[in-house]
Amino acid sequence: MEFFHQNLSYFLSGISVGGQYALIAIGYTMVYGILRLINFAHGDVFMCAGLMMVYLSSTLPFTITIPLVLLLTVLLGFVIERVAYMPLRSAPRMSVMISAIGVSYLLQNAALYFTGGLAKVYPEIPFLSNSIVIWDATTRVVTIVTPFLTVVLVILLTLLIKHTKIGMAMRAVSRDFETSQLMGIKINRVISTTFMIGSLLASVASLLYFTNYASVTPTSGAMPGLKAFVAAVFGGIGSIPGAVIGAFIIGICENIIKGGASIFGIPGSGWTTFSDAFTFAFLIVILVVKPTGLFGEKAVDKV
Amino acid sequence: MFEIKNLFVNYGGIEAVRDISFSVEEGKIVTLIGANGAGKSTTLRTIAGLVKAKSGTIEFMGEKITGKDPASIVGKGITLVPEGRKIFPDLTVLENLKIGAYLRSDDISKDLEWVYSLFPRLKERSWQYGGTLSGGEQQMLAVGRALMSRPKMIMMDEPSLGLAPLIVRDIFSIIKEINKEGVTILLVEQNANMALQVADMAYVMETGRITLSGKGSELIDNEDIKKAYLGK
Ligand SMILES: Nc1ncnc2c1ncn2[C@@H]1O[C@H](COP(=O)(O)OP(=O)(O)O)[C@@H](O)[C@H]1O
Ligand SMILES: [Mg+2]
Repeated sequence: MEFFHQNLSYFLSGISVGGQYALIAIGYTMVYGILRLINFAHGDVFMCAGLMMVYLSSTLPFTITIPLVLLLTVLLGFVIERVAYMPLRSAPRMSVMISAIGVSYLLQNAALYFTGGLAKVYPEIPFLSNSIVIWDATTRVVTIVTPFLTVVLVILLTLLIKHTKIGMAMRAVSRDFETSQLMGIKINRVISTTFMIGSLLASVASLLYFTNYASVTPTSGAMPGLKAFVAAVFGGIGSIPGAVIGAFIIGICENIIKGGASIFGIPGSGWTTFSDAFTFAFLIVILVVKPTGLFGEKAVDKV
Repeated sequence: MFEIKNLFVNYGGIEAVRDISFSVEEGKIVTLIGANGAGKSTTLRTIAGLVKAKSGTIEFMGEKITGKDPASIVGKGITLVPEGRKIFPDLTVLENLKIGAYLRSDDISKDLEWVYSLFPRLKERSWQYGGTLSGGEQQMLAVGRALMSRPKMIMMDEPSLGLAPLIVRDIFSIIKEINKEGVTILLVEQNANMALQVADMAYVMETGRITLSGKGSELIDNEDIKKAYLGK
């Protein structure tokens, strides 16, 4: 108990970062589930949401900025899919992947152009940025809000997929394009919806994540994007519960390693340096031991 | 009611369908028989809008439907029960039926009841995943799913493929029953014997062409057909 008490702040931030990774990871896993595409631009969409917040909040009140950022990010996800992926629907998978890498760099370069390469200070969002003290550990409200908000959003998403018409269509399309079309489903609409949901969740994640990190740069999306992707692979890419659980595990482990010095009584703070290396070593181990991840479907490709 | 004129379909360099013309009268059962690779599936897939025709026209209820996308074809009242059934394995039986009615926004409970009365086994298994059904049950589900769109014409691609003779008989009696309810049927089969028994009109396809046509009852006694397709 004493141990837990002393290291509470690491657990808290682990759970919080895990929730943020989870919201990003859902976008990777859903798009993969439906298109078998690793959407390399997803982390950059997340970064763009951060920058939009920076620019819009300088002139508009938060009550307008926040919904506007959510809306614009959804629109960005939609446009990327229509322009960069839809025309390649029947092209080999490798071409679509290259297109995704291209979009990723395009977004980063556009961000570089607008920011001039400077780190932009992320606004203090009222309430979320406030400090609170929990059992002697000082943290921001966002740390506590994140896991709850994540769980609520995941439940809503699960209900959407299990119990609505569009959710049923998403499950059908992710199985079989052609038969879905024979049912009268317009697959492009369903794919667009998937991208829009992924972008919306990435946008929510950006609000939570950048509130803790104070600034946004054109490459700010790369690391959280990559870790969310690792989480999705860990959980079994294509599986939403897998991505969420994978993200929480990675967030918590990462922060325990960061706190390694004090947790395990090792002097010096050298461990923090290795927390990212840990994440990727972790991925390699998982891929060796269980290539399909925690909840991954067996190697059945599209039928 | 339905008419194809001078249809050509290519896959890259392969001419899969070469200049076929035929028609389907309302309320009838019409069959397209022929050996493997003759172009039967290609013909149905072109009608359904999955494959684009190179040239030729397809008309349904006096309207040209050539080149329309699959959703509009379903909307016009033509559905395809695809070769190999293609039910959705991780949707439940009930969801598979509901997804067949995807384009409809009216009440589907009557149609659901009808499908369940045609296939009582589906009702018993409505909460099971599609993938857990046997081959025969999956074929029933595929037909039921197609009926849920309330089609005017239903196309079936080899519904008897890989099924035990007893089940095949069940499927064919259901086909007749559906037809009695007023649904026009375009049936593709390699099982020529069964198909000719139920068909009002039959066309024989060979390497992309229609080589013979006639009433089902006539073709069943045709010497060439007997030799080539009925194994007599
Ligand atoms: N997707 C495809 N790509 C290329 N060729 C195809 C494709 N589908 C069918 N074919 C070819 O078209 C011809 C007709 O095939 P198909 O319509 O499936 O015949 P059937 O249903 O009568 O067995 C065959 O020679 C087949 O190899
Ligand atoms: Mg065929």
